[in-house]
Amino acid sequence: MRRAIVALRTVSFYLVISAVAFGMILPFLWMISTSLKEHEAVMILPIRWIPERVSFQSYRDIFSISTMVPFHRAALNSLLVSIMATFVTLASTSMAAFAFAKLDFRNRDRLFLVFLATMMVPGAVTMIPNYLVLRSLRLLNTFTGLVLPSIYNAWALFLLRQNIKAIPEAYFEAVLVDGGTAFTMYRHIVLPLAKPILATLGVLTFMGTWNDYLWPLIVLSDPSKMTLTLALNNLNARWGEHWEMLMAGNLVSMVPIIIVYLAAQKYFETGITVGGLKA
Amino acid sequence: MYAGRGGRRALTIAVFLLPTIVGFVLFSLTPILRSLYLSFTSWDILQPAEWVGTENYRQLLTSDEFWRVMGNTAEYIVLYIPLMLVSSLAVASLLNRRFRGVLVYKVLFFLPVLTSWVAGSLIWRWILNYKYGIVNALLGFVGIKGPAWLDDRLWAMPGIVLASVWKDVGFFGLIFLGAIKGINTDYYEAAAIDGATPWQRFRHITLPLVSPTTFFVLVTSIINSFQVFAQVMIMTDAGPAGATQVIIERIYRYAFQFYKMGYASALSWILFAMIFIVTYVQWQFQKRWVTYDA
Repeated sequence: MRRAIVALRTVSFYLVISAVAFGMILPFLWMISTSLKEHEAVMILPIRWIPERVSFQSYRDIFSISTMVPFHRAALNSLLVSIMATFVTLASTSMAAFAFAKLDFRNRDRLFLVFLATMMVPGAVTMIPNYLVLRSLRLLNTFTGLVLPSIYNAWALFLLRQNIKAIPEAYFEAVLVDGGTAFTMYRHIVLPLAKPILATLGVLTFMGTWNDYLWPLIVLSDPSKMTLTLALNNLNARWGEHWEMLMAGNLVSMVPIIIVYLAAQKYFETGITVGGLKA
Repeated sequence: MYAGRGGRRALTIAVFLLPTIVGFVLFSLTPILRSLYLSFTSWDILQPAEWVGTENYRQLLTSDEFWRVMGNTAEYIVLYIPLMLVSSLAVASLLNRRFRGVLVYKVLFFLPVLTSWVAGSLIWRWILNYKYGIVNALLGFVGIKGPAWLDDRLWAMPGIVLASVWKDVGFFGLIFLGAIKGINTDYYEAAAIDGATPWQRFRHITLPLVSPTTFFVLVTSIINSFQVFAQVMIMTDAGPAGATQVIIERIYRYAFQFYKMGYASALSWILFAMIFIVTYVQWQFQKRWVTYDA
């Protein structure tokens, strides 16, 4: 009797959680179903979950229609930009974080506090002047301009400083005894020991850049430079009723980030548990 | 103390700080000051900026549009926050036990978080289609005639809220899950001995003990809610008839489509002020409901 109750509980638990999870992925299933239909078959009532005839025409279209950015081009752009932004963020903030955590200089903590205070200012405030800075540097419509603001990231700086602070002093003293410099410490102690948090920050920056919309929308105007989100945006503006193409484009834009997630799942989870991650 | 001495020391520190300091000056400090200055000017980016004092702020605060935008944002927050809190707590409670396949379920709940706002919004524009969308098809299945959603002034914002909750629930759900896992199991065992029902345990143990996380989630998500953008651009293009115009969308249009840089900057400072005030007020009220010692 007891065993029956336990089994019943387990079954009902699975039923509930599966129903909720199914609801969550239902939009994705509908996306896949739509992307595999012919254009004429998309708007048919009653709706059909399984396409009558499976067609990959929509996928061919988004890679080849000449009046818009081909999706492989946009995907390459996104990849390049995301790698650049990740590298720039990690390099710049890890260096400064090391200085703030382990080197002594005048007004160090006061300066750090100023940096922290800038986290309160919403991106919308700095967005217009940042655009103007890129304009005067003649960096509008370039990838360099798009990722350049990543050299300053107060939130990443804070996260890294906390972690580098926790590295025992003995390591650094050992480098000193061996006649090493601060650069030796950065290269041989900070970078290896901060690897997990750097990886966490890396995947989050990568995902953030990959999915970013507003900043590229402002900076990039040349169609051949567009990232995936902009390509989707364009597709939506020009072919808004071609749902099979929109959904195919969506799926293509999601696949790489899902792969990154599956490969680095534990870093995503640490990223969330360290808290305060920017959604 | 590890940087050496004298000139060499200064040089070492300068090298480590250089990229961040340059970035700070170029992309944070100067922009903040410049934006504040611009908010007191009228500037179309071509002609020189003209000082107009508080005119932009006066115009903004007396325009119908501004108050409509505030109303829309308030509607978003009022609908989104409770829905998001309840569903992410529910997701966290579901995932907070050992069972076969927990990792698979975690991935499924996390998929919308990985999706870009653009892609997520496109999917929802399609499934909320009044005629061919699956939401109305499902509603029709249980005998409800679904509204025109994104084409209806009354239902467009609730539609955007649905998409946003779907997109965020996995993220905040995992944050809550971390908090629930951190609760000492002794409390639950003691409550079970006293014969507390699962709901009583949730209500009197889980809820108070995750309240610091709830506070964090509340603060973060309200700040984010003030800055809704992609959903609106993709799903409704701020329509119908301005029913889903929101702050960032207005700033974007004023700055980069109408080239009213001063006006847009003033709006961005009003946004900053509002976020600051709302966050400050939440901070003041947290003592009343957040339990920090357990």
